[in-house]
Amino acid sequence: MHNKLSPFLKGVLVVGFLFLYIPIVSLIVYSFNESKLVTVWGGFSTKWYASLFNNEQIMSAVKLSIEIALASALAAVALGTIAGFVLARFKRFPGSTLFAGMMTAPMVMPEVITGLSMLLLFISMQQLVGVPTERGFFTIWVGHTTLCMAYVAVVVRSRLLEIDQSLEDAAMDLGARPLKIFFVITLPLVSQAIASGFLLSMTLSLDDLVTTAFLSGPGSTTLPQVIFSKVRLGLNPEINALASITVLVVGVVVLLANYLMLNAQRNRDKAIAAAMRESGAHS
Amino acid sequence: MNMSRLLRKLKPGKGAVIAVPYFWLLLFFLVPFFIVLKISFAEQDLAIPPFTSLLQVEDGVLQSLTLYFGNFHFIFTDGLYAATYLSSLKVAFFTTVMCLLLGYPIAYAIARADPARRNVLLMLVMLPFWTSFLLRVYAWMGLLNETGLINNFLMSIGLISEPLHLFHNDFSLYLVMVYAYLPFMILPLFSHLVKMDMRLLEAAADLGAGPIKAFLTITLPLSKNGIIAGSMMVFIPAVGEFVIPELVGGTDTLMIGKVLWNEFFDNNNWPMASAVAIIMVLMLIVPIALLHRYETRELEGKGNA
Repeated sequence: MHNKLSPFLKGVLVVGFLFLYIPIVSLIVYSFNESKLVTVWGGFSTKWYASLFNNEQIMSAVKLSIEIALASALAAVALGTIAGFVLARFKRFPGSTLFAGMMTAPMVMPEVITGLSMLLLFISMQQLVGVPTERGFFTIWVGHTTLCMAYVAVVVRSRLLEIDQSLEDAAMDLGARPLKIFFVITLPLVSQAIASGFLLSMTLSLDDLVTTAFLSGPGSTTLPQVIFSKVRLGLNPEINALASITVLVVGVVVLLANYLMLNAQRNRDKAIAAAMRESGAHS
Repeated sequence: MNMSRLLRKLKPGKGAVIAVPYFWLLLFFLVPFFIVLKISFAEQDLAIPPFTSLLQVEDGVLQSLTLYFGNFHFIFTDGLYAATYLSSLKVAFFTTVMCLLLGYPIAYAIARADPARRNVLLMLVMLPFWTSFLLRVYAWMGLLNETGLINNFLMSIGLISEPLHLFHNDFSLYLVMVYAYLPFMILPLFSHLVKMDMRLLEAAADLGAGPIKAFLTITLPLSKNGIIAGSMMVFIPAVGEFVIPELVGGTDTLMIGKVLWNEFFDNNNWPMASAVAIIMVLMLIVPIALLHRYETRELEGKGNA
């Protein structure tokens, strides 16, 4: 039952994956097109990669986007891990329903709404307390952190609900303080979830256009904003080259992360099995 | 347990742990909605920021409160706004239905695949989701163009002699919406379908139910929570989608996300953009509550899957 997929289901998978991947493959193929017309083949060339790396506007946007993504992912991981822990372990506390709701909503709320509302908050804050003085790195960082922490919280929370709470209980019985238990027992158990949360936050931040558009000011143009302003005018071979590099980087990172995590999982399973055998031999 | 006992149970340390993310979300997610609400009752003004202030305060004393209902009045009386809200709901609804029809069989096939291969298949679904959304939308611009890959291919095999008009219309809008949102449908469906007890289907088969009957009476009802969660994950953001209608939709495509963007960035009418946002939030409260309920239920293992 499990191992044989019916021809219908196999067909479904083939069609589904063709649908998902044909656009991505076509992007990459056309990035090597000599012609500026992008979809009219004019011979093989890597010149658009060279012109991409010489495009100062794009390169400085890449730099800014990576800085914002790193800063947002770090903050999102810190806040999201705590939030995920609170949701999974404390469950009910005064205001817990509102808290859980505020974790779900940012993930699905249309970005035109979150972007506008955060901008208006910053404008009001500026009128009332004088900070932030301008739109830029800080305001974008807050926006991305808020968006990403929800994703981190979901990943960490579902991992915490999966793992056995008896380890934490045992440590508590042995007299460990809650903070020590969190850092010595809980945190290592969810380290994979935190790592995925970090990567997810990086990609979300690097990719965000709409929230960023509301929160950025003159002089803080991120990569998606540059891409958007270019593709609005039509096809652009440099964007194809940029897309191919993005796909390559994301592919390598995701495959590598997946491989490392599977490996860690296997080693842990082995260690647990060995420990079980040993304790069995002693008794 | 009543409130005061619960409060007493909260040790100070625990309270501090909760307070950090709680305060962040209150300040940067919830409070902003009330500011949007406030500004939706302001009037556009030639000032910085470009709207009138509702409260007139002198020497710390509130002098007057002026609420301007013109934005909402305009939205409710001008037929174009109503048509745009309806059109956004329609686009989001049909996008959701198509994602479900396409995503369900894919999620089902992955859930029933050999466990060793399942991870690879799941990663193949996730990989496009990790690459840039904007660039995936851009990819379709190259495919659907008059001189794009699809028209080139169809013309080269002689199926058509004139390029088809595939771009900047409802066809391209729906196609790219489904493409972009499909992974959001597949993942929740998969996580429900994979947990299903296969012995139920074997028992049904033993009792003489055909595969279609077994699917309709067992699999489909058991994946109800996944269907609702996945549908809401697609529907809610789709209502306010801006990038896809802007880049591949037709010029006459009415989407409320586009209207909000234009009011804000092109007309510099922040109060109107706020009023548009408030009505959109009101429309989305029920779907968000639905998503929240089914998501929580699934995580806490109360789902019937």
